[in-house]
Amino acid sequence: MADVLVCVKRVVDTGGEVTLTEDGSRVDDRSLGHTVSPHEECAVELAVQVAKATDGEATVLTLGSEDAVAQLRDALAVGCTRAVHIEADADGYGPADVAAAIADVVRTHEAAGTTYDLVLLGNDAADTGDFQVGIRLAYELDRPVVTGIATVSVEGDRVVASGDGPEGTDTYELPLPAVVTVMEGGVEPRYPSIPGRMRAKRVQVETVVDERVPVGSGRVRLKLPPVQPSQVQLLGEGPEAAPAVVDLLEKLGVLR
Amino acid sequence: MTVLVLVETDAGGVAEVSLETLTVARGIGGVDALVVGGIAEDVVTRLGEYGAGRVVQALGEPFSSYAPAAWAAAVVAAVDDHDVVMAAGTPRGNEVMAHVACRLGTAMAANVVTVDAGAPLRVSRQVLGGAALEEMELTGRAVLTVAGHACEPAPADEPGAASVVPLEPEVAEADLRARVVRTEAGEPDQSGSLKSARVVVGAGRGAGGADGFKELLELADHVGGTIGVSRVVTSLGWRPHHEQVGQTGSRISPDLYIPCGISGAIQHWAGCSGAKTILAVNTDPDAPMVTKAHYAVIGDLHQVVPAVNEEIRRRRA
Repeated sequence: MADVLVCVKRVVDTGGEVTLTEDGSRVDDRSLGHTVSPHEECAVELAVQVAKATDGEATVLTLGSEDAVAQLRDALAVGCTRAVHIEADADGYGPADVAAAIADVVRTHEAAGTTYDLVLLGNDAADTGDFQVGIRLAYELDRPVVTGIATVSVEGDRVVASGDGPEGTDTYELPLPAVVTVMEGGVEPRYPSIPGRMRAKRVQVETVVDERVPVGSGRVRLKLPPVQPSQVQLLGEGPEAAPAVVDLLEKLGVLR
Repeated sequence: MTVLVLVETDAGGVAEVSLETLTVARGIGGVDALVVGGIAEDVVTRLGEYGAGRVVQALGEPFSSYAPAAWAAAVVAAVDDHDVVMAAGTPRGNEVMAHVACRLGTAMAANVVTVDAGAPLRVSRQVLGGAALEEMELTGRAVLTVAGHACEPAPADEPGAASVVPLEPEVAEADLRARVVRTEAGEPDQSGSLKSARVVVGAGRGAGGADGFKELLELADHVGGTIGVSRVVTSLGWRPHHEQVGQTGSRISPDLYIPCGISGAIQHWAGCSGAKTILAVNTDPDAPMVTKAHYAVIGDLHQVVPAVNEEIRRRRA
């Protein structure tokens, strides 16, 4: 049996453009939806698969405002069975703070009898892109960690994890308990079913209020990259543009 | 100030991204390089050209296969009075530097594009897949990674001595718990070729379905290129994931990128903004991909691409 903890982060669902708040402290999300990153959708799927294969449970955790409970419900709807909400101001937390807060929950649950053999996270958050929370969590808990993983399976007291390396697919075998961060591409996240959605609504979410004084992220402010005025040269419209396109390909010397 | 740079190598010697990192590092101060494993003479020469004073070479059994914590132990062992420790913002660069930051008890900044030397060190780094920049201050010893294409790699005006310093760092058993046990070589047609392709023909939702790629594949063949797709295409199962370009796929830097039917959401732009020239084909003249492109054709890719293929065949005949 392997109990799995999967950590997700509520992030803005950005489309073509991003606007910032006036003081540049964060993204203006008033007109935007929220989601979790594709990496984390895959991490949730892997957590559910591993829990099912080993008769364990998959618990989903997030740190953030009350609104982040929506992201917990999404994971519950696709097969996680328990949920933990660490209530904290995510914007004021740096990766070290987030990792420390998650580690506290892992230790508390362990003291109460639940050891998370495997902790899964996304490889990097879609918004802050720090690439650190999983590794910092592993150091907090003194567990082995590997990042950028596409597929995992638990075999006895080990987790077999594979992902893209510079020369092909790298496979690791880590002793449990372990921390693994997931990259999109190894599994297809399932869609929630109606019964899944109904079940998710009934699950009691455990709320933990985190009151640490955060170290912070070191952020001074956000800026938007300078907008380059469009320099686009139109080659034409529709199929009539074909000769101009081929002229360009010839000029660039790319035709074989 | 002094900087220690973890250098990655590939079949061609020092990886291009590591040359970029060395270029950024020289803007901060004196540079030493660290290479894990055996290195060829031409790698040492190249590191000298890029300003490395010392080339620390980490050797020993722990480095016979990749173990991120062992690499971090080597970096920490090589740090003496360096104020800044950095690597390229590759998967391994980010991974090892995060370990290093934990070991040094300091913050880390990933995907940095500019650095203002000083105390505290002020950096600006890519967030939201490059759609925004975060200005960040790093106090104490700074650990950071440099985003790909943050600068043009350039040799130093005055080459460094590149004196090789062998190092056999002590690596704890616990640092080898996560270690590559086997590597299966990718198929020749996988994302490796996409990342190094000179020409990439891109396709998005506009391709319309798994059977909408015949003309795009023909165009890719004419230009000696490969196919790269947006996330929606792989999510819908039209093409395999290893062809995905974007924040959660490959980051490409071809001489020419031809995105067809791709609107250019920031997640995709994060993967293709390194292209030297972009030729967009799109029905919407206001699509971000069109306004950011160098050249554009306004029209349906299912009409434009076949016409282009036909024109190429006609000129060849």
